[in-house]
Amino acid sequence: MSTRPAGKRRSLLPPIRFRERIRDRDTAIYGVLIIIALIFPLATIFATDSTFLVSQAGHAGTFVLLAIGLNVVVGFAGLLDLGYAAFFAIGAYTYALFASAQLQASPAHHAYHLPFWLMMFVALFVAAAFGAVLGFPTLRLRGDYLAIVTLGFGEIVPQLFFNFDQWTGGINAIGGIDQPSLPAWITGPWAGANGIAILQNFTCKPFWASSAAPCYSFSFDPIAYYVLVLILIVAAVILVTNLHRSRLGRAWMAIREDEVAAAAMGINTVTTKLLAFAIGASFSGFAGAYYGASFGLVSPDQFYFVVSITVLVMVVLGGMGNITGVIVGAIIIYFVLNSLLPSLPSTVESFASNIGLGFLNDRNGDWPGLAGETQRLQFLLYGLILVLMMLLRPQGIFPSRVREQELKHAAVQEEEAVVEMTHA
Amino acid sequence: MSLTDYGFYILCATAIVLLATQAFTNPKDFFQVTIFGLADGAIYALVALGYTMVYGIIELINFAHGDVFTLGAYIGAAILAFFAGANEGSFVVVNVIALLLVFPIVMLIMGGINITIERIAYRPLRNAPRLAPLITAIGMSFVLEGIMFMWHGAPTVHFPDLLPHGPGFQTTIGGVFFGFKDVFVVVAAAILVSLLAVFINGSKLGKAMRATAQDRDAAQLMGIDINRTIAATFFIGAVLAGAGGMIWGLYFNTIYYNLGFRTGLVAFTAAVFGGIGNIPGAAIGGLIIGLVAAYSDGYIGSKWTEVVIFGILIGVLVFRPTGLLGMRVPEK
Repeated sequence: MSTRPAGKRRSLLPPIRFRERIRDRDTAIYGVLIIIALIFPLATIFATDSTFLVSQAGHAGTFVLLAIGLNVVVGFAGLLDLGYAAFFAIGAYTYALFASAQLQASPAHHAYHLPFWLMMFVALFVAAAFGAVLGFPTLRLRGDYLAIVTLGFGEIVPQLFFNFDQWTGGINAIGGIDQPSLPAWITGPWAGANGIAILQNFTCKPFWASSAAPCYSFSFDPIAYYVLVLILIVAAVILVTNLHRSRLGRAWMAIREDEVAAAAMGINTVTTKLLAFAIGASFSGFAGAYYGASFGLVSPDQFYFVVSITVLVMVVLGGMGNITGVIVGAIIIYFVLNSLLPSLPSTVESFASNIGLGFLNDRNGDWPGLAGETQRLQFLLYGLILVLMMLLRPQGIFPSRVREQELKHAAVQEEEAVVEMTHA
Repeated sequence: MSLTDYGFYILCATAIVLLATQAFTNPKDFFQVTIFGLADGAIYALVALGYTMVYGIIELINFAHGDVFTLGAYIGAAILAFFAGANEGSFVVVNVIALLLVFPIVMLIMGGINITIERIAYRPLRNAPRLAPLITAIGMSFVLEGIMFMWHGAPTVHFPDLLPHGPGFQTTIGGVFFGFKDVFVVVAAAILVSLLAVFINGSKLGKAMRATAQDRDAAQLMGIDINRTIAATFFIGAVLAGAGGMIWGLYFNTIYYNLGFRTGLVAFTAAVFGGIGNIPGAAIGGLIIGLVAAYSDGYIGSKWTEVVIFGILIGVLVFRPTGLLGMRVPEK
C-alpha cells in the first residue's frame, strides 16, 4: 500500500480534467458529433459499398446549417421567423442564376459562370440584405408581427421565382448548375494523382481567365460535398458561438428576456434585432448556395412553407438557443423525415412476416396491404412524433443551460406566488 | 395619425380608385367578380374567426385550424352521403331536412374534436416556452391531414351537391349571373357571424372570454375558470370552421385533404388584416381578402393572387400593424 502525499506530484502540464470536460454536456456532444462525422463516411461506405448515405448526410448538413442560422433568430434573439425558406431560396437562386446557363435564355442574354467560392459570399450578403429590408419596417413592431410578415414573405418569394419564368425558368427549374471547383495549383490530397481521389480532374474556365485551366471539380462526388458541408458547419458553429458570447449576443439575450428593460439599459433594440434577423438570413443564404451547388437543380417548390416549418421544428425540438441541441435536433428530424418514415413500410412488412402475421402484407379488397397502409400513415406519424416530443420535452431535447435555469426560476417564483396567494 | 397611417390610406385609396375605374368601364365583369369574391370571402371570414379568437385568448397561431375546417368538410361529406343518394343537384325537401340536421351535427363534432385537441396538445404546454404550443399546433395539423389522407387518400373527394342550382335557382341582373349557392353562402355566413357576435357580447361565457383575452391572471382572480373559457373558445372556433367546411363543400363540391393549408393561411391573413384578436375585424377582413383574391384573379391573373394577398399582409403590417379595426395593444 503506497500513499502518495497530496501536492507532492507537480506536473508542468495543466491538468486535463478529462472527466470534467465530459461532464460538460455540450463539450461531450460536440465530441460525439465530431467522432461520428469523421467515422460516418468510412463506416457507411465500408458497410453499404455505396456513397448514397454520404450524399444523404451532405444534404442533412444543409439543414444543420439552416437550423444553426435560424437558431440565431429564434433561439438567441427570440424573434419568430416563419419564412426562413425564403432566404434559403434567395441564396440558392442567387448562386443558380450566376453559375449556370440560365441567364443566356433570359432577357440578359449572357450566361454567367461565377465561381462557387465567390458566390457563396454573394449569396450570403444578398440574403442578409433582403433580411434587413424586410426586418427594418417590421422589427419596430410587437414580436408576433414579425412572425406574420415572414410568413407572408416566405409565401411570396417562391411564388415570385415561379412567376418570373423569363428569368428563373419558373416551373422548369434551373438545372445544370456549376459545381464548385478548386484551381489546380492548390495541391493536396484531393489532387487525385495518386492520393485519395476526392475531386476529379477537370478543366474549367475561371471567370477572370481567357482560357481554360486544369482544375479539380467537385462534380457530383458526395464525399467532396460532405467534407465541404462539414467545414461550413464547423465555421458556422465557431462563428455563432463567438457571436453568442459577444456583446451582441448578450444584447440579444437581454432583448429576448425583456425588451423594455434591455432598451432601458441602453441597447438599441431595433438595430440589435435587425442584426439577428439579417445574420440568420445570411446563414440561410449561404446554405442555399451550397444546396444549389450540391443538388445541381433549383426549383421554386423546394422552398415552400414546409421547409420553414421543418427548420423551425428542428430548432425548437433540439432546444432553442443551444447550438448543440439545434444540431442534434436537425439531424434527428432529418433522419425521421428522410430515413425513418420512408423506410417504415418495408420494415413493418418484414416484421409482420417474421412474427407470423404475413397475411396482412397482401392486398385484399379495400386493405392496401400492410406496407401501403403504413405508407399512408406517414403524415399522421410525423405529426404524432412532433406532438409527443413537444409534450415530453417542451424545452427541447438539449435546452440551453441558461434558459433552463430561467425556466426553473420562473416556476419557483410562480409557486411562491401561489403559496402567498393561498396564505393571504 | 402618423405618417404610416397616411401611407395605409393612400394605398387603400389607390386600390379603390383602380377598382372603381374597372367598375365604370366594365361593370358586368366587375360585379360578377365581386360576387365570386363575396362568396369566397364569407367562407374565409368563418375560418378567420377561429384564428382570431384563439390568438386573442392565448396568443397562439393555431396552425391546425385550417385542417379542422377541412375535417369538417370531410365529416360533413361522409354524413351527407347517407342522405344524398339520388337527390343531388335538385331541390327536394329531403335535402333541406338533411342539411338542417347535418349542419349542427358536424358543428358539434368539430367542436368536440377541437376541445380534445386543445386538451391534449395545447393545455399541457400553457406555461411552457411560447414556441412549444406552436410546434404541437403544426404537429396536430399534420395529424389531422394524416387522418384525412388515411381516410380518402390524395385524390379529391366529392362533396354531395345538395344545394339547388340550375334553371329556376339562378338569375341574371344586368348581365351579372348569380345563383342560389352564392346567396346561400353569404347568408349562412352572415347568420353565423351575427350569432357569434350576440354570443360574445351578450352571454356570460362571452364576457368571460373577453376578460380572459384582456388579462388572463386578472380574469382568474375574478373567479373565471380559465381552462373552461379557453376550451369554449376552441369549441366555438371549431364550430364556425366546421360550418365553413360544410359551406365550402356545398359551394365547390370538391374537397381534398390539404385544402386547409392554403385556406388556413389566407384566413389567417384575413384575421391579421382585420386586426388580430378583433372579432368583427376578422369577419370584415375575410370578406375583403375574398374580394381582393377575386379581383386579383380577374384582373391580374391567378398566378399573382398569392403574391397580392401576402403582399397586402406585409403592407398592412408595415403601415398599420393593428389591422383595419384593431386597437393599439401594449406589449405584454
